[in-house]
Amino acid sequence: MSAAVIAERVIPRKNFGRTLMIIGGVITALAVILWFALPPSIFYDLALYVGIVGVGLLAYGANQAFSKKSSDQVVEFTKKTTSGFIMNNAIIIALLMMVVVIMIIQPRFMQLNVLLDILTMSSTKMIVALGICFTLLIAGTDLSAGRMVGLAAVISTSMLQTAGYANRFFPDIPALPIILPILLAVVACAIFGVLNGFLVARFGMHPFIATLAVQVIVYGATSLYFDMPPNKSQPIGGIRPDFVALGQTKILQIGGFSGISILVPIALVVTVIIWFVLNKTVFGKNVYAIGGNREAAVVSGVNVFKTIMCIFILASVLYGLAGVLEAARTAGATNNYGNGYELDAIAACVVGGVSLNGGVGKVSGIVTGVLIFTVIQYGLQFIAVSPMWQQVIKGAIIAVAVAIDLMKYRKK
Amino acid sequence: MSDVILEMKHITKEFPGVKALDDVQLTVRKGSVHALMGENGAGKSTLMKCLFGIYHEDAGEIILDGEKLEIMNSKQALDLGISMIHQELHPIRFRPVMENIWLGRFPMRGIAVDKKTMYQKTKELFKEVDLDVNPEIDAGKLSASTLQLVEIAKAVSYNSKIIIMDEPTSSLTENETQHLFKIIRQLQDKGCAIIYISHKMEEILKISDEVTIMRDGKYVGTWDAKDLTTDLIIKRMVGRDMTNRFPEKHYTPQDIPILKVTDYTSTNPKSFRHVNFELKKGEILGIGGLVGAQRTELVEAIFGLRSIESGTVEMNGKPIKIKSPPDAIEAKIALLTEERRATGIFGILSVLDNTVIANQRAYAKGGVLKENERWKAAKKSNEELKTKTPSMMELIENLSGGNQQKVLLARWLLTNPEILILDEPTRGIDVGAKYEIYTIMHKLAEEGKAIIMISSEMPELLGMSDRIMVMAEGRVTGTLDAIDADSVSVMNYATHFVEKAEDEIDESEVVK
Repeated sequence: MSAAVIAERVIPRKNFGRTLMIIGGVITALAVILWFALPPSIFYDLALYVGIVGVGLLAYGANQAFSKKSSDQVVEFTKKTTSGFIMNNAIIIALLMMVVVIMIIQPRFMQLNVLLDILTMSSTKMIVALGICFTLLIAGTDLSAGRMVGLAAVISTSMLQTAGYANRFFPDIPALPIILPILLAVVACAIFGVLNGFLVARFGMHPFIATLAVQVIVYGATSLYFDMPPNKSQPIGGIRPDFVALGQTKILQIGGFSGISILVPIALVVTVIIWFVLNKTVFGKNVYAIGGNREAAVVSGVNVFKTIMCIFILASVLYGLAGVLEAARTAGATNNYGNGYELDAIAACVVGGVSLNGGVGKVSGIVTGVLIFTVIQYGLQFIAVSPMWQQVIKGAIIAVAVAIDLMKYRKK
Repeated sequence: MSDVILEMKHITKEFPGVKALDDVQLTVRKGSVHALMGENGAGKSTLMKCLFGIYHEDAGEIILDGEKLEIMNSKQALDLGISMIHQELHPIRFRPVMENIWLGRFPMRGIAVDKKTMYQKTKELFKEVDLDVNPEIDAGKLSASTLQLVEIAKAVSYNSKIIIMDEPTSSLTENETQHLFKIIRQLQDKGCAIIYISHKMEEILKISDEVTIMRDGKYVGTWDAKDLTTDLIIKRMVGRDMTNRFPEKHYTPQDIPILKVTDYTSTNPKSFRHVNFELKKGEILGIGGLVGAQRTELVEAIFGLRSIESGTVEMNGKPIKIKSPPDAIEAKIALLTEERRATGIFGILSVLDNTVIANQRAYAKGGVLKENERWKAAKKSNEELKTKTPSMMELIENLSGGNQQKVLLARWLLTNPEILILDEPTRGIDVGAKYEIYTIMHKLAEEGKAIIMISSEMPELLGMSDRIMVMAEGRVTGTLDAIDADSVSVMNYATHFVEKAEDEIDESEVVK
């Protein structure tokens, strides 16, 4: 069969799924062979990555073959569908290519530990991005995210210092149950979330302005708190080990395996919850509706005020959580924690396909977006690209990713 | 044929899941008015968008003045002498009318815009088309119908060889329509060809020389207008005989009042005042009136979208307070809004999400959706109304206007309303879909639901209503039983205050 014939054909979805399953199975088997055959000193954990690809294909193929929803549809292979597929998944394809290139340049990148590091580094960013995505989905934004991370970090650590530490924020505070300062930190963020939501929903203020105002207020408030005597703006240190454990514990340390940071499962749980909220709840559907057509949402009886309030409160709670985890991970805090996180998070969302015009965006896209930025940062450091070049590349990726995304919609 | 100015041949255009145009042709002669007709979704607008460079055809050729062309964008189309008046207008609201007209081709003096010349040119242009509007007033301050006429003037200013008019009269009054026809005749005398899209048969037969009919994205044929009748056009558009434009009535309104509105007055002094009316179970109450009679404002206030200064609403004999749409939905009132695109559909969401949005709580427990029930309800509701969609997951913006309207009706029927307020339920919808919507309305009335229908189409108002309430300038000027009503009596009531109304429009629009 010539290539042209293969390029243009239609096959039932079931067969398509089965073919994918067979390919996935072969790759998985290959991975098992590689695991034993390849010398680990040269190829590190390459077999593991091959295995991930294999299992991924297997799972996708099984989904295609056995899913009832689309079983009667066919899969078309034409120039149009192929280019459409590349367009729709351009970001993921670029990510995979980048990983392969870095692996070739620096085989040490194939270590499992690298993957785990990337996941750990992504965790808190993921939580912030998942918070901010709600505000983007209603065609808004939230500039106060980063400063709320700082607020939560400072509040939580200020009450969780060891008794013997010299520069205690509250010298006479007894050993509090760990949950209390954490709750206080999150509640403090939520209060500013209420303020954000109120300015936007009650006065119809553009979220850019409302959250800019709140950003400045939050930073001021954090700094005032941070500057209280006896602390006088010194970095908060001497954090209680039971709190630090929240960000530094490694789970599954079996044998030679170095373990997974506890931040990874926490971020995973938050991701699943947010996916559920966006896709399976009335609130989530209302968010998309308001983003899609606010006037129509009003007519359809959607409580826009309540929904917007909930959006900003939920987002601020997530920033608060991220701030607490960030403080625990680094075992300390200053009032400058979280500075600029909102822009990273917005960039990650946008690269992941969230439209600033509202109404469009998926959790899977946001996860990809966050991972891309961490991989770039980590990977480029790994092959010793200068931090200045890293900035240039990061910016270029934002521009290119969004350009591709817009081309998708423009093609009519 | 040397007098052919435009030929479109074998035009094909595909959208995901829909073949919008399938081997369509169109031949337009110089200086003629060529009507393009077909049901909604027949592909008229798509064909015109291909000609105007908004879409690019997948296959086929466009021959303008004997020259084969590929039109890549609107700017090129305008340069070639093709201009288009869109169905929905998008003026730059906070800029003067004249800047809206000359945008992209401002008269310049050096590097600065020459405002004086622009003003003069606009004045001359308005004089040419007999339009009395101050060129320096913000476009956002003009009424929809005046804007439409400004848009027509703009098309004239391009000295186009071909002007495409997509439903130009949808927001025009009878007088304004006559005015438009006068302009069209002038343009014709200059050798300009008009491609005229409209659903209004009487208009088409009056103004056009030739008629091309399309159906389901395919070319049906082209005929001389003088050989056609309304029935013939409808028959060719829908591909079947349509002897009746309205279904036969099988119900009688019950003598049980369900809604009583007393002394309803808007907080806006220019809007409705002292409105009283009663609605019975199983009745279709038509609200007639001219554009600006505040009919939409009245029903939106009843639905809780606008505030009132005074007045009460009683439902089933009990006073109710509606402050917001959720209150109204709770009280079992539904409102199908006039502007489908602006306040009806969520274009980027699926048919499923669009159908259930007003009644989400019914398919949720503790805020968590029950996917299966949502799906079933939406599917059932849309099947009952015979909505044509590839699947429930299709984006609603890919459906035709008529099908979008059915999805919106399905949305409201899911809330199980006792009172349905339908604001221009068949605007911009083809004959076939109209008939289906009329049938649905009759069925609902038969079930004992009460319907308020605002309509600006006289035959629809007379053909569908049991009683007709006529408004003028925010007041109810008369209520008629449908049996006694004819277009003359309705118009009499509708123009009751019209002289005063025109004075007010003059004040607000023509600052001179």
